[in-house]
Amino acid sequence: MDLAAILFYVFALVTIGSAAVVVFSRNIVHAAFSLMFTLMGVAALYVLLYADFLAATQLLVYVGGILILILFGVMLTSQGYTLNFREATVNVVPAGLLSVAAAILLIYAFSTGGWVITEVDERTDTVYDLGMMLMTDYLLVFIVAGVLLLVAIIGAIVMSTRLSVNTED
Amino acid sequence: MGILILNSIFQPGLVHFLTVSAILFSLGLMAVLSKRNVIMVLMGVELMLNAANINLLAFSRFTGLGLDGHMIALFVVIMAAAEAAVALAIVLNVYNRFKTINLDEISQLRG
Repeated sequence: MDLAAILFYVFALVTIGSAAVVVFSRNIVHAAFSLMFTLMGVAALYVLLYADFLAATQLLVYVGGILILILFGVMLTSQGYTLNFREATVNVVPAGLLSVAAAILLIYAFSTGGWVITEVDERTDTVYDLGMMLMTDYLLVFIVAGVLLLVAIIGAIVMSTRLSVNTED
Repeated sequence: MGILILNSIFQPGLVHFLTVSAILFSLGLMAVLSKRNVIMVLMGVELMLNAANINLLAFSRFTGLGLDGHMIALFVVIMAAAEAAVALAIVLNVYNRFKTINLDEISQLRG
């Protein structure tokens, strides 16, 4: 096995192992921190898939933004003591059965799909091509995404402002 | 010869990446279905979005589909950021009103 294969297995193990900690941990802070390792492992898998720009975006947006938001959510909604960090877990057996069934079906479908694999050239960087596509074929989607982010920002600000009003009365 | 076949099986290809994403997706499904904490459910949704992104990039890497998968994955990341911001604002409002974020106890719709 060459270096890329070893790296793939290492990062796949990191990703799946820390995702399992996210799901099965009893402590929500442990879950949030192991989510960070999951997201970093996914970013490394993106690098192995020649997606350098997506890997950088994953690190910036997920690890730098969404994870911090989630940690803020955990801390602002905890009632003070570690006992209340523990989350309620229900329906473990039906949910586990459904998840295992979903995993088996997906892996079966993926491994018997008969995909036509064409070995593409190794890409050195994707930033130039992605930028050209954003400004030509995907221009409308790009603008709509900007509007979506603006609407989300306004919505979050409005809801947070109502939050402080509610606390006062 | 045997070593050669073994080597080609363990060489990471399309199916390997798809398997990783399938396991990640089912772990996220497990979190969404079994957790009753809103924030844990959000983390499960993020895991499922990441699994979908790995799929898109793997098909872009191993088949001749070009860079369209990268674009869709990029928009998935953008949408996930907007979703997380709005969802956590809603969670904070819900906690402010109900003093809990247990999904089973938030059953009142009237404000």
